[in-house]
Amino acid sequence: MKKEPIIQVKNASKSYPIAGKEFMALKQIDLSLNKGEFAGIVGPSGSGKTTLLNIIGSLDKPTKGDAFVLNKDIKALSHKEAASLRNYHIGFIFQVFNLLPVYTVFENVEFALLLQNNSAKERREAVMRALKWVGLSDHADKRPDKLSGGESQRVAIARAMVKTPKIVLADEPTANLDSENAHEILKTMKKLNQELGTTFLFSTHDEKVMGYLDRTIHLRDGKIEKDEKN
Amino acid sequence: MIKFIIKGILRDKSKSIIPIAVISVGVMVTVMMSGFLEGIFSDVINQNAKLDTGHVKIMTKPYAENKEQLPNDLALLEISELIDSLNLNYPDLIWTPRIKFGGIMDVPDASGNTKSQGPGMGLAMSIQSKESGELQRLQLKKSLNKGRLPERSGEIILSDDYATKLNISPGEKITFFGTTMEGSMVFQSFEMTGTVRFGSPLMDKGTFIIDISDAQNMLDMENGTGELLGYFKDNRYDDQKALIISENFNTKFNESKDEYAPMMLTLKDQNGLRESLDMGDAFSGIFIFIFILAMSLVLWNTGLIGGLRRYNEFGIRLALGESKNNVFKLLLIEASVIGTIGSIIGTILGVIFCYYLQEVGIDISEDTANSTIIMPSVMRAYVTPNLFFIGFIPGLFSMLFGTALAGRGIYKRETARLFKELEV
Repeated sequence: MKKEPIIQVKNASKSYPIAGKEFMALKQIDLSLNKGEFAGIVGPSGSGKTTLLNIIGSLDKPTKGDAFVLNKDIKALSHKEAASLRNYHIGFIFQVFNLLPVYTVFENVEFALLLQNNSAKERREAVMRALKWVGLSDHADKRPDKLSGGESQRVAIARAMVKTPKIVLADEPTANLDSENAHEILKTMKKLNQELGTTFLFSTHDEKVMGYLDRTIHLRDGKIEKDEKN
Repeated sequence: MIKFIIKGILRDKSKSIIPIAVISVGVMVTVMMSGFLEGIFSDVINQNAKLDTGHVKIMTKPYAENKEQLPNDLALLEISELIDSLNLNYPDLIWTPRIKFGGIMDVPDASGNTKSQGPGMGLAMSIQSKESGELQRLQLKKSLNKGRLPERSGEIILSDDYATKLNISPGEKITFFGTTMEGSMVFQSFEMTGTVRFGSPLMDKGTFIIDISDAQNMLDMENGTGELLGYFKDNRYDDQKALIISENFNTKFNESKDEYAPMMLTLKDQNGLRESLDMGDAFSGIFIFIFILAMSLVLWNTGLIGGLRRYNEFGIRLALGESKNNVFKLLLIEASVIGTIGSIIGTILGVIFCYYLQEVGIDISEDTANSTIIMPSVMRAYVTPNLFFIGFIPGLFSMLFGTALAGRGIYKRETARLFKELEV
């Protein structure tokens, strides 16, 4: 796999004012991820996993230091540019599936493409391709309330993957799934990582997820404690 | 994307039904009230115009000052020449003389003794002349209740209530006792040909109508009239035009030293109509403003509740890369669609209700039996073109306004908290 840095976090810190004091959520983080990595940030609650994911996902900016995603300086992005970066290049998978309940599986997946002004034909092809990747081609017309937890999370993966993003950020994607479904989901994501070369970055403390990671970044008290290849 | 949003509105009933219901009711009430007020004001204008004020009216100055006393001794004279001059100077108007006079009506029995008697108000107009348009203007044929209209000199019709009170039927004789223009006593017999309903309690109480030529002969008012009424040829009252014409006319006679110089009044300058109608217009405006405000507050509240309910949806959309501007813009588009649907439903229901009230009306004759002003005995709504937007625009606007207020929360949303918020 070609070693191409796709995410670069340089000496980045993030602080929040809490009760009149500055709380340091991230402390001088240095991190680089290459294209096609299947990595995870692990650590206990409050260690700064989500904050780091927020910065990489252009949902937040570091207070100090820099973060570059696809060579874009996160600190310099306007709200609109950050939204555009997420729209075209970053897919999100949440702990709760967060599907839009009034729309069908097809429409939920299609939604990500509507923001890109693709033609109806292009959208249809892309959605059906994404549903095929996650094995839900037969469920396109179903509403989310007719799906199991595992199926719902697979729809969420299809929604993240349909625009063939460079990066997928997954926040505790298996937290609401049973063991069997969790493994199915992880296998699906691993397969997509290998077939499409998409970079996956997880935030997790689930042992099952860790078993699939190629690289584990241990975070504690806002600092990288250990960064290991598996 | 719009199609996507509309699908969402149609499928998510709670997103659409409450706002649509609120807007529909608000718009319907606005349209209903507006049509009803329009109907009442139009009827008041039309009734006054056709029965009393004309669109403009010319009288001598002293007659105008004492017109409640029907002072025919102060009447306009040489009206043929005046009408010729008016036709020349104001070609948009048709001029028609009217004489109002009071007296006692006496109905004799077979032996010539008084069977019944009572005071009445006479209205003389050109009912035998087709050119005058008075029959059509007063819709006398339509208002005829019994018998027929006078066709020749010496014939008279009475208001239906008055005829009942005097116990007289078509074909019987009736005698007028009164005074001429100069104050001499006059007795004149007529053949009663029929009865009419004016639709105005004041007129229906005790009015009789004779032809203007009969009145001129009877009251010694040859080529004279108490009042000369002008009507726009298109039969629509135009206050601006009427004001210009009256000012123009009155300017010519302002400096006149003739005690009996004519003066012209517009419809609204008579019977306190300007104040009443302006107040009606103001109330109508206030009413619509209050409705917009009330609907906006309700819809703002609905929008806030919807915003809370859709907090996750907006979060997902922002996380997936939709800009805040776009989320807000689509929210407004949604509001426009909902507002349009609600406004269409409300307008249709309101217009249907107005149409019903236009055709059927509400009979208030019992409540206005002793009214001293000319007003219709049946209150009706009018379906006019402005009903199709008078509720529609506020309905749409209030939905947009309420949504825009509620939607400001989107801009306060911190994307940095999305992951945490979407975990719930």
